[in-house]
Amino acid sequence: MTIKDIQDEIVDEFSMFDDWMQRYEYIIELGKNLPLIKEEYKVDENLIKGCQSKVWLQGEKDNDKIVFTADSDAILTKGIIAILIRVFSNQTPKDIIDAEMDFIDEIGLKEHLSPTRANGLVSMIKNIKMYALAFDAKK
Amino acid sequence: MLDIQKIRADFPILNQKVNGKPLVYFDNGATSQKPQVVIDAISKYYQEINANIHRGVHTLSQLATDAYEVARGKVQHHINAKHAHEVLFTSGTTFGINLVANGFAAILKPGDEVIVSHLEHHSNIVPWQMLCEKTGATLKVIPMSENGELIMTEYDKLLSGKTKIVAVNHISNALGIINPVKYMIDKAHEVGAAILIDGAQSVPHLKPDVQALDCDFYAFSGHKMCGPTGTGVLYGKEEWLHKLPPYQGGGEMIKEVTFEKTTYADLPHKFEAGTPHIAGGIVLGTAIDYLNSVGFENIQKQELELLAYATERLSEIEGLRIYGNSKNKTSVISFNIEGIHPYDIGTIIDKLGIAVRTGHHCAQPIMNFFGIPGTIRASFSFYNTKEEIDALVEAVKKAKMMLS
Repeated sequence: MTIKDIQDEIVDEFSMFDDWMQRYEYIIELGKNLPLIKEEYKVDENLIKGCQSKVWLQGEKDNDKIVFTADSDAILTKGIIAILIRVFSNQTPKDIIDAEMDFIDEIGLKEHLSPTRANGLVSMIKNIKMYALAFDAKK
Repeated sequence: MLDIQKIRADFPILNQKVNGKPLVYFDNGATSQKPQVVIDAISKYYQEINANIHRGVHTLSQLATDAYEVARGKVQHHINAKHAHEVLFTSGTTFGINLVANGFAAILKPGDEVIVSHLEHHSNIVPWQMLCEKTGATLKVIPMSENGELIMTEYDKLLSGKTKIVAVNHISNALGIINPVKYMIDKAHEVGAAILIDGAQSVPHLKPDVQALDCDFYAFSGHKMCGPTGTGVLYGKEEWLHKLPPYQGGGEMIKEVTFEKTTYADLPHKFEAGTPHIAGGIVLGTAIDYLNSVGFENIQKQELELLAYATERLSEIEGLRIYGNSKNKTSVISFNIEGIHPYDIGTIIDKLGIAVRTGHHCAQPIMNFFGIPGTIRASFSFYNTKEEIDALVEAVKKAKMMLS
């Protein structure tokens, strides 16, 4: 599936919810299925700055694609990073770099893009794209 | 007894919905809301007397200068300073502390010591660290106990002839603990050290008497006491303000300028370079008048009632731990729920209209002491109600259910 297909799928899933509580409960659910980062990678170098909670993110090259794993000490943050990983993991660096992020708005998480939220969604996206840039440059 | 509904009507912002729920504003420790008289006074200044101060001969400049100096007098009276020129207008507590720390760079030598406490806001740690780096002085830290109180026997041991200045808060921002500042001031003076009190969290709740306290410096912000943001005060004893060099150079702070030498203006202008926040200073006076019209006795009574009620109600929640269990506390409750990140709780209860602060509250050493990433801090003001505390408790219960 392309990044756009996965984003559309997520937008579809979220459109079934009528209120914020259901949306948040679903995010919490998604967090439980997050592909967890290996303990050995849970080090300061993999910490994402700009989050009120701790978020570790690790990207590895698998042939021409990047596979991401992550973890967080906050449940909602775990859910949000799980959504991002579902979108970006197993994609090529170029597709990741070119990806649009409008789906965040559409699933009602726009408020998390605000810098005052301090949950670092912006930093998470930036880190994912940095991995893509780095792997793309090494090609 | 306060008529809370009447008081609440003074604060237009309280009467609104957030995320479809009535706003419950429990982030008063970060900044207080503003009464209509304060909001109106800002407009009135710009509509009627806006002009630069202390320099024009024209009527508006005179009116603005008079109003600004009347406000200084109000602050002087409010904190019982001996002289009006001991009251410096600043942009806030942080500026005041930096002004003093910067001034002490001219006084400290290698081997001298500066004492702060484990309970400080970063604003009352970092300027002193910078001062020590600059001068070769050493920073000493008064330790705290499990219930969040500073250990006075350890403070006594840290004090010596090497101590040049002590900097401690009157009330802790993260835990709400009231420190025994009178004792600490007297002890600092016994060894000949100066002492600065960070009053950012105390001025919304009490009226400090700087002469009775006998502190050398007392710094606070206007925005936490119903005044505008970007306003603040540094009180300094006259002899200390004469001793310290100016912090910033510019207009207003000079007596005479030539390229060979500049002589500085008298107090307080020596420390007030540039055009100040004129509207802010004047309206800080309005805020002080407002608080005094409510009455600090009434404010304290209401806030302590809220603190007791909230402590009791929150304690109903299983797994909830309150940090800082001292009896000497103001209306702040810092808490966590076992196994749940404070950020998760804060995000969910925001959706229910409740504004609290989550995180380390700019006091990372305190969080490290308890081994936690942060807390949820609910800080109450006299305009809050028990019904709002009920809403907080219900919201926290709901968040806990969703998150565990």
